[in-house]
Amino acid sequence: MIMRSPKTLHRFANPARFMRLSSRALPWCLVMSFAFLLAGLYLGLFVAPPDYQQGESARIMFVHVPAAWLALLIYGVMAVASATALVWRHPLADLIAKSCAPIGAAFTIVALVTGSLWGKPMWGTWWVWDARLTSVLILLFLYLGYMALWQALENRETASKAAAILAIIGVINLPIIKFSVDWWNTLHQPSSVVKLSGSTIHSSMLWPLLIMAAGFLMFFFVVLILKVQREIIASKVRANQYLSSTHSHESSPPADRDE
Amino acid sequence: MTRKNRRLIFLLAGFSALTIAAVLVLSAFEESLVFFYSPTDVIAQELRSDVPIRLGGLVEDGSVSRASDGLTTTFQVTDMREVISVTYTGLLPDLFREGQGVVVEGHLGTDGVFVANEVLAKHDETYMPPEVADALKKSGQWKGTVP
Repeated sequence: MIMRSPKTLHRFANPARFMRLSSRALPWCLVMSFAFLLAGLYLGLFVAPPDYQQGESARIMFVHVPAAWLALLIYGVMAVASATALVWRHPLADLIAKSCAPIGAAFTIVALVTGSLWGKPMWGTWWVWDARLTSVLILLFLYLGYMALWQALENRETASKAAAILAIIGVINLPIIKFSVDWWNTLHQPSSVVKLSGSTIHSSMLWPLLIMAAGFLMFFFVVLILKVQREIIASKVRANQYLSSTHSHESSPPADRDE
Repeated sequence: MTRKNRRLIFLLAGFSALTIAAVLVLSAFEESLVFFYSPTDVIAQELRSDVPIRLGGLVEDGSVSRASDGLTTTFQVTDMREVISVTYTGLLPDLFREGQGVVVEGHLGTDGVFVANEVLAKHDETYMPPEVADALKKSGQWKGTVP
């Protein structure tokens, strides 16, 4: 045996324990999300200086950039959870992956729309088919395709497997999005914050950006916890219906299909 | 070998194959993934004049002139090696200025002048307050191309 799923994973894969822990974490995430978002918006809109070239229009980055980061991060979480569900059959990983998709899709749409609104006055166009913009649009379609697969397949097991495979295939797109601006010449500017040669964004603008990103991240946790809890309850309802329909006295519901 | 391990190996093998496929496809399509050509590319490849292409580079300092109709602008796009003259009739984006990066779409005429249908300004990755930009210019540490 070369790989054994870690014991800790099994501990957290227990839906009942997740319910308990996440309910305790939820109010904290909610408070931090609001605090960071309010502070970030205030700093970004009123304290941060205008850009030397773009003027006030640069402020849209305080929404655009964190939304784009989250869109990538959530896809990563969804793919890791999908792989865990596929290989180790963890019931919770499956629910986490499923819950990530609409949140990630929403962040992707926010990034695309805010980018477009910025692009018109700055670039002179709403949209171009350059490598960065196109690869982010593909990310949106991956999210939508993932959600469609869950909806389209009747059998829950089949839907979960098919969607997980799509999520894992789509991981290829993440490095393409990140490095598109370096590998090919694009209209979209290269990365300002995450780069080897150091950030090219002034600290007075970087701090509001990072605080906004923290707020977005906490908001993601809030929505994820709520959605996963809802999925757990739904799977319990399914299990109960299954039990009552078969009149069986088995103690383990079919939702816990671990090996 | 347990079923878990077999599934894991299948997953890793499949993903590796997919990565190799993606790298091959992307390197094969490298040409068409490029959003614009530099003036050097355009001159070296003698890109055909009846096909619309995108030309990208910096607007050369002191090259911008506006015609008397107030709408037609002529300027030169350079990549510091070759220079191509561009003429454009229409509204320019906010960031268009001398020294700024631009991407223009249109045809290269037989006279060597590029007739643009669309001018897009390209922004760089530097974000700073106006005072910092002024201070950098004053102290001579300005690395940008903007005047």
